[in-house]
Amino acid sequence: MAALRTISFDGVIVGGGGAGMRAALQLAQSGYKTAVISKVFPTRSHTVSAQGGITCAIASADPNDDWRWHMYDTVKGSDYIGDQDAIEYMCSVGPEAVFELEHMGLPFSRTEEGRIYQRPFGGQSKNYGEGGQAARTCAAADRTGHALLHTLYQGNMKNNTVFFNEWYATDLVKNQDGAVVGVIAICMETGEIVYVKSKATVFATGGAGRIYASTTNAHINTGDGIGMALRAGFPVQDIEMWQFHPTGIAGAGVLVTEGCRGEGGYLINKDGERFMERYAPNAKDLAGRDVVARSMVLEIIEGRGCGPEGDHVFLKLDHLGEEVLESRLPGICELSRTFAHADPVKEPVPVVPTCHYMMGGIPTNVHGQALTVDANGNDQIIPGLYACGEVACVSVHGANRLGGNSLLDLVVFGRASGLYIENALRSGIEMRDASDSDIEQARSRLDKLNQSSGGENVAALRKELQSTMQNHFGVFRNAEFMQKGIEKLADLRGRIENARLDDKSMAYNTARIEALELHNLFEVAEATAIAAEERKESRGAHARDDFQERDDANWLCHSLYFPTDKRVGKRAVNFEPKTVETFQPKARVY
Amino acid sequence: MLQVSIYRYNPETDSEPYMQDVQVDTGGKDLMVLDVLELIKSQDTTVTYRRSCREGVCGSDGMNMNGKNGLACITPLSETVRNNKLVLRPLPGLPVVRDLVVDMSMFYAQYEKVQPFLMNDTPAPAIERLQSPEEREKLDGLYECILCACCSSACPSFWWNPDRFIGPSGLLQAYRFLADSRDTATEERLAKLDDPFSVFRCHGIQNCVNVCPKNLNPTRAIGHIRNMLLSRAT
Amino acid sequence: MVTAVTSMGRSGLYDWMMQRVSAVILLAYFIFVGCVLLNGVDYAAWKALYSQTWMRIFSLLALLSLGLHAWVGLWAVFTDYLTERLMGTTGNVLRFLAQAVSALIMFTYVVWGVQILWGL
Repeated sequence: MAALRTISFDGVIVGGGGAGMRAALQLAQSGYKTAVISKVFPTRSHTVSAQGGITCAIASADPNDDWRWHMYDTVKGSDYIGDQDAIEYMCSVGPEAVFELEHMGLPFSRTEEGRIYQRPFGGQSKNYGEGGQAARTCAAADRTGHALLHTLYQGNMKNNTVFFNEWYATDLVKNQDGAVVGVIAICMETGEIVYVKSKATVFATGGAGRIYASTTNAHINTGDGIGMALRAGFPVQDIEMWQFHPTGIAGAGVLVTEGCRGEGGYLINKDGERFMERYAPNAKDLAGRDVVARSMVLEIIEGRGCGPEGDHVFLKLDHLGEEVLESRLPGICELSRTFAHADPVKEPVPVVPTCHYMMGGIPTNVHGQALTVDANGNDQIIPGLYACGEVACVSVHGANRLGGNSLLDLVVFGRASGLYIENALRSGIEMRDASDSDIEQARSRLDKLNQSSGGENVAALRKELQSTMQNHFGVFRNAEFMQKGIEKLADLRGRIENARLDDKSMAYNTARIEALELHNLFEVAEATAIAAEERKESRGAHARDDFQERDDANWLCHSLYFPTDKRVGKRAVNFEPKTVETFQPKARVY
Repeated sequence: MLQVSIYRYNPETDSEPYMQDVQVDTGGKDLMVLDVLELIKSQDTTVTYRRSCREGVCGSDGMNMNGKNGLACITPLSETVRNNKLVLRPLPGLPVVRDLVVDMSMFYAQYEKVQPFLMNDTPAPAIERLQSPEEREKLDGLYECILCACCSSACPSFWWNPDRFIGPSGLLQAYRFLADSRDTATEERLAKLDDPFSVFRCHGIQNCVNVCPKNLNPTRAIGHIRNMLLSRAT
Repeated sequence: MVTAVTSMGRSGLYDWMMQRVSAVILLAYFIFVGCVLLNGVDYAAWKALYSQTWMRIFSLLALLSLGLHAWVGLWAVFTDYLTERLMGTTGNVLRFLAQAVSALIMFTYVVWGVQILWGL
């Protein structure tokens, strides 16, 4: 095998979304040689689709707002398996990170005082749940993700970050000590395979919503980072926790923001009843997303769904008036007209819970350092590997993420990773070079695919995988169904590993990329399935018919899925924030 | 069966581009053009195009559909198909990499040229910089650009001078920062635009306005820039 | 900032302004002449009109405007279609030649116009 061209950097960030670009910005500003590898031009990353806003206690809507209240909400929202030290860090550092974005030019909507506009979102409260609904989500109309992503790209441009756009990272390169020393990547335009060597490899590859048939996620959300980590033998945490967003447009899967309900919209069933009043008497439509999604599914199952098939409910917005809709939710009006053929100004929008967010991921500490555990259950840092954003599980979202916390997670932990790596580089990072066989090992999957013949069609296999996940690991789960799903996945593994690549050309070969992505989707799906079956309780987004209660005695912990022996272990949740009292688990009601 | 004709070019095997005819069974549904492409690709994996969000916000799948630029993911067949025929070509005026994928580096270079980032030489406050809702409103219709290149690649002036005319998209972004009350580099920005090509190659053809999938109006923004240059010079 | 030595004022704004101002002058001139013609005019009246100094100045202004207007317009056309990007170095040569020829024609018209107006 011909030797690969090697390019060397101090820091390499895989993924050009919000987290990756925030980390890159930090490193680029420090003067270290930094590169971002992104399979799409950075502003096409999925962060662009985030709508409602970034939740943060900047005390604009309420001058007395406190990040500790935000922390309380987040801990409660996580159903108590969010790490409290990490949540504390996110909520307390958040305002600084948001103001930085504003200073970089993010065009936030404004209040009459000229401050950043904040809207109410689900699961938000004042005074530790005692002071009623809070408005804590900083918004740029309903295009906050777009505004944020473009601002970050612009910031990186200003700081001369090196971008490898439309390059696709295929696998991690590990040296003989088990440290991560870079990635193998393909330049999509030419097909060239390159070893990108780095002292710090940051995964910011985003989520994997495409494991489900119905998802709000972009086509590109294929869990590449999770796939690479699992293939390298590293564990993933809480991967069974998948958020189903209450309001995906029925049929299309396209998201309409929770901000719709924040601005006063509400859900109705076929009788026109505002059914959330029954399920969550206080927070109503602004209860946690898991709670709202389950309520919707129950309405549909019990025959109160809307439409000829009774398979969705309606999101009512018309009472807000055209002016509010066009100024606060212009993007939603556009999406609804295009994909639901419904004009929110006049009629309700058909919505259904849709796969939206992966709470689990590569376990990390607050510095973005990827973790594994040793034989005694102690955390071990994986040298050279970092993760931030949706691919990481710090964990700030636990079993259920609150709306608006994902964008905050991106910027806070993207920034934190960058800051940590900057210091680490300054004090010197020494790692053994990868040997030829290490590199060969890392590119073996790609080589196998390039030599493949026979096998099944990638699109058909992907569809089969997606419908398996949709049917067996959806909003409500039970052992019998999940076990059947796991059997189906076991059958799919070999077929997907041997999937056919008809087109072996070099130039912009998207068929090759899609085949590689399918491998990653599968890794995520399998980990999800096995971890979900193992967690025998209902917590947050993980709702089981056969174990309907939360089981704090056995499961007030993270799950940790080890790929080599497909084993699910447990890892303790952090209950030791540094500056506030621990929030003790209690019943989670809205 | 929908008759689809796709522009095909693989630099490794084709000496020149050609149009390929494909029949697609849409099941009688009013699919989006991107859905049709996905159907085709599930059969013929060599068909190449970009896509990401599939909801019109990422700007990946700009292409020329029956003669008009737009985003495949938010263009329903009912809007573009005439006589049961759909002709798909890459965005015009940009070099073709493969099939419907164009090389957008010239487009991005023009975007970079306008320094599309906030410049403010005053020390940042501890909180956000204040901006009134009225000042913020000036950015509406500007910041929403998704860099899909539908406008610039529909602009004859950009076809002829993609290296010297900034083009509608870049100029829209130039004005987005000129119009931002928080930006203090107005003079510097204007000075860089006052040449015969960067702004003034716009002849008000308005193809950009006609095709913008986000309903933005680059021509109007260009008019604003011209007025700013004018007041600066008089 | 893209510069070009052959553009009229070296500044986009200047060229743009020139083109607008010259267009206004040309419009005014042709409307005026049009009105005169529409009202019916014989040789004597026509000659009398053009022997007045203000009319000669107005006509000269229009003639100069025509030259400027055509120069700016043609310059834009040439720099669109005759470029190095489209046809390599040939483009530069052709463009320079075309610009030289149009400059010569413009100059000729202006001098010739002065001759006619002042009956030299």
